[in-house]
Amino acid sequence: MSAENPHRTRHDPHATPDAGHGERVGVYVCHCGHNIANTVAVEEVAEWAGEQPNVVVARDYKFMCSSLGQELIEQDIQQLGLNRVVVAACSPHMHEKTFRSACQRAGLNPYLFEMANIREMGSWATDDREAATQKAKAQVKGAVERAVRQQPLEPLYVDINPNTLVVGGGIAGLTAALELANAGYHVYLVERDSSIGGHMAKLDKTFPTLDCAACILTPKMVDVANHPNITLMTWSEVLSVHGYVGNFTVRVRKKARYIKEDLCTGCGTCVEKCPVRIIDQNFEVGLGYRKAVYRNFPQAVPKYPVIDTANCTFFQRGKCRACEIVCPTDAIDFNQKDEIVDLEVGNIILATGYEQFDARRVPQYGYGRLANVFTSMEFERMVNAAGPTAGRVVLRDGVTVPKRIAIIHCVGSRDKNYHEYCSRACCMAALKFAHLVHERVPEAEVFNFYIDIRASGKHYEEFYHRVLSEGTHFIRGRVAEVTDAARGPGEEGQLIIQVEDTLIGKQRRIPVDMVILMAGMESRKDARQVAALFGLGCDYDGWFTERHAKLDPVVTMTEGILVAGACQGPKAIPESVAQGSAAAARVAGMMGQRVMKREPVRACIDAASCSGCRICNTLCPYHAITFHEDRKVSEVIPALCQGCGACVAACPSAAISGAHFTRDQVLAQIEGILWDARQPEVLWLEPQ
Amino acid sequence: MRYGYYPGCSLERNAGAYHTSLMAVAAQLGVEFAEVDDWNCCGATEFIAVNRLRAYALVSRNLALAARQTNGSNGAAKGQLVAPCSACYLNLSKVEHYLSQSPALASGVNNALAAGGLSYEPGSVRVRHLLDVLVNDVGYEKVAARVRRPLHGLRVAPYYGCLVVRPGFQGRFDDPEYPTSLDRLMRTLGATVVDFPLKAHCCGGHMTQISRDVALELIRRLLKNAADYQADMIVTLCPMCQLNLDAFQESVNGLFGTEYRIPILFFTQLMGLAFGLSPAAVGIGKEFVDARPALAKIGAAAPAAAEAAPKRKPRRGDQSLPLPQMPEEEL
Amino acid sequence: MATSASLSRTSDFFREVVAEAPVDPHLEACLQCGTCGGSCPSGPDMDHTPRALFAMIAAGMRDAVLRSNTPWYCVSCYYCMERCPQEIRITDVMYTLKRMAIKAGYSAQTTAPKAPGFAQTFVDHVENYGRSFELGLITRYYLSHRPLDALKMAPLGMGLLKRKRLDLSPRPIRQIDQLKAILDRAREIDAAHST
Repeated sequence: MSAENPHRTRHDPHATPDAGHGERVGVYVCHCGHNIANTVAVEEVAEWAGEQPNVVVARDYKFMCSSLGQELIEQDIQQLGLNRVVVAACSPHMHEKTFRSACQRAGLNPYLFEMANIREMGSWATDDREAATQKAKAQVKGAVERAVRQQPLEPLYVDINPNTLVVGGGIAGLTAALELANAGYHVYLVERDSSIGGHMAKLDKTFPTLDCAACILTPKMVDVANHPNITLMTWSEVLSVHGYVGNFTVRVRKKARYIKEDLCTGCGTCVEKCPVRIIDQNFEVGLGYRKAVYRNFPQAVPKYPVIDTANCTFFQRGKCRACEIVCPTDAIDFNQKDEIVDLEVGNIILATGYEQFDARRVPQYGYGRLANVFTSMEFERMVNAAGPTAGRVVLRDGVTVPKRIAIIHCVGSRDKNYHEYCSRACCMAALKFAHLVHERVPEAEVFNFYIDIRASGKHYEEFYHRVLSEGTHFIRGRVAEVTDAARGPGEEGQLIIQVEDTLIGKQRRIPVDMVILMAGMESRKDARQVAALFGLGCDYDGWFTERHAKLDPVVTMTEGILVAGACQGPKAIPESVAQGSAAAARVAGMMGQRVMKREPVRACIDAASCSGCRICNTLCPYHAITFHEDRKVSEVIPALCQGCGACVAACPSAAISGAHFTRDQVLAQIEGILWDARQPEVLWLEPQ
Repeated sequence: MRYGYYPGCSLERNAGAYHTSLMAVAAQLGVEFAEVDDWNCCGATEFIAVNRLRAYALVSRNLALAARQTNGSNGAAKGQLVAPCSACYLNLSKVEHYLSQSPALASGVNNALAAGGLSYEPGSVRVRHLLDVLVNDVGYEKVAARVRRPLHGLRVAPYYGCLVVRPGFQGRFDDPEYPTSLDRLMRTLGATVVDFPLKAHCCGGHMTQISRDVALELIRRLLKNAADYQADMIVTLCPMCQLNLDAFQESVNGLFGTEYRIPILFFTQLMGLAFGLSPAAVGIGKEFVDARPALAKIGAAAPAAAEAAPKRKPRRGDQSLPLPQMPEEEL
Repeated sequence: MATSASLSRTSDFFREVVAEAPVDPHLEACLQCGTCGGSCPSGPDMDHTPRALFAMIAAGMRDAVLRSNTPWYCVSCYYCMERCPQEIRITDVMYTLKRMAIKAGYSAQTTAPKAPGFAQTFVDHVENYGRSFELGLITRYYLSHRPLDALKMAPLGMGLLKRKRLDLSPRPIRQIDQLKAILDRAREIDAAHST
């Protein structure tokens, strides 16, 4: 070792290889800057590790994952003839690949490498230095014991199905689908609603550029519908997912529209003539009406309507058939049934979006009780030229133009009673609303009630300044209540905003005639079920969990399942689009390789020991075990096996072993972890 | 059903009508309230302002006595202590909650209790408000079955005040911002319930003694709100609320030049009347603002159900926007 | 949850307030959003809103905080605590500040000078009888603290008497000695703690 080498070494050049096996282990304990070293006595762990059987060298180093750290391992493999490597550092999710590559570069089979996670499972979990150090030693010992029993393995190569499933037809899903389709890959786009476009299709203008949402969104929707590489499946839901990265089988239910898509021209006559008119709780968020046969909006993609059987007079009472009578192409089919379709795809991108927080949950703001309290999405529909008021800003009576409008920020967000997180997009939407009111009702006064204005984004702060210059009142204070209980003549017939103006330090009551609640974003009500269906994780708030918040935001812990847009956390349009593109790029990058390297962690059945009981056949979640009737034995199909170990544990004859997780490897690791556990005292229970 | 009962100082005299009526109603419903023997004051809002440990010890003596007397023998529901006064309810449940939260506080309190030969094990008493017991344990159906003289035609503003619904130290039985259980109880009795946005706002509490004008303004807001919605009376479930709204109504009129004559009754008084009891049996006549003119309306006007407007269908040319969908209200 | 480590970074006065509260009020979490000040029914009459008071506590402005009328104008309606987005136990803090103001001898200098006197009179009555005695309370409080206002209260007292809603003599509890022993012991424990 040269004198300038920053790392310390406990190296006994005379150590003889273990007589029995000749395993020569190198142990590397990472400081992870202060992350581990502040809590674990890393030098002590390394020194102790150097004294363990089979360990030829043990070092501690500031950042093992750095190129210098990796070179250290490579040098030792070559110079000291190491044939096993143990790194005690972070989670294998983080850096197992890094160190396996280092081993491979130095000529060592990567499966002779083992990782001990002393950060997430040690230093980050406690402040107790002594206990963390002791645990780190146990983890290292376990890893060493396991490493010496590991066998070299070779990866498997399997073909990747080049098709991709995108779930969700909002702006994130549309972007992902188009990117992949343009790159030449086939995409199935499954959307639960009757048309694509998601929340963005409901908006009028988008911040901060004030682009017309329809102008920038509808071309994309049409592209998706017409793209030769995209199979668009609206009014459809995923029922089940089987398989693994590269080869998923996805079962989808195409709900009956009761419209023959091959005959329907989208003329809209059926919608016009339908006698049933109900409040549209979905697209119009309760502010407008629709028919029992309907499209979300006239430019909906696809153009075919659907029949809402719960409200259709024919489905409920057996007569009417108005739509059938007026349809010029006989496209109405009351006998249509749901269809089940199986799709074969290599990757799945989830872009299932968000729901708006239900403002009824904050009773002090009066939504639902006070007619002229609106939610932000209701207001989006109101200002939309294609919305229920054709873009006129009016009170609930549909006629009166408001003169004083309050916009309340952070409804359901930044509040431990509801959601602790910031919903991120609402401040900018609130500024956009203020601007739109000034544009549509120049004489109206607008009051924005905020805790902090969050305008971090390209041209966002400038937009804030623009709205300030338009004469919007900004009152810093979270609104305490909205009430119609007037205290005096000046307040009669008004909605009163009661708030502390924190910049003055005084309570104020501000009469207005319209209130807009900036209700935040929350995860979809069925987010947890969807996560379970696709085998990924959700955080406390129900947002899908990405592999790494900063470095791997669109990939999940489940290979082949990606996320994009607001299903992963609150997002505005620009971030959702960026994630849609990013997810598509990740998928395209993988498919560019044509074949995929797969972990050789596989189960294997010893035919001689197999009793043919077939317990494993039904247990295998991947249908990877086949039974040979002639020989009465089961066999694992390596390409399908995911190495989960269920069969290994269940086999009554112990005839199945899992490569890289053999019984003796696992038991030796356990023995190693328990190296300092005292023998349990034997208790003799004397009969009284 | 048998519960421990903590009347509190107000019900002994100033809110005697509350005590009389709740006992009469309980008898009708087959509920028995066994008064905690030799209970002491809960300390109101004042005691805690002067000394922390003494305030907790003061309340804990009651908890200790209640735990002993509601130990599950003699058929009483174990550890269930009913308080009809909102302030007593709050103080008893707050102290019980904090003793359970803080072992240090519990040991200090038990040290003090030992001087009187008492002890208290945190968690052994669950404090309930009278309204909670009547609507959730007895239930609306059983109440409805006792109604002999429905309060048809009487427009009431149900007033909850603060402490029954907030902050819910030992759990909640109603919404802290917009409670509805008393509304539903009043409808069960046949009364018409008016919208009363200030139903859970403050009556001024002890401010009448500290800053009279501040308190009178709080009372005025409530009276105005009830008057704006044409309530015949305000129904309350707390002696402090009743006293402030009733006894200070004249002072409010004097200070603000208003002419409010809104009677303030306890909800148990209306229950008793609906059950067919005589006004005297439920303590009517002790209020400052005479309730008799309002009570004379009972039965004079059409039943509440007939008043409800038929569901409006959107007419041609009607531009109004639909109202947000709200969960169906029961009853 | 405030850990001892994070508390050590706060002002002395901040730590004093936290220590005096029955359970940790989580004052350190305040966002200064003003929900408390906006919700307070007597907010307009306070010289500092609760929010402002919490900033002053964090800044260690002991004198100004303990002289403030804010805690004395608290009506214990719990709206602030219910609505606080950071779940701060605001009402507890108000009671805590009242006790600290009395202890520090500031209470008479607050801009709500009547409140501490009323609280003390009430406490004396409960300590003597075990229950509140309204006639005695009102009489003694007004005569000793606000003789000029006593006349204003007279009609109310007469009204209550006429309706048999006021007792003429206190009704002490039976085991008043037991209660006194308990309260005396509590006082001793408290005194031992604060020295």
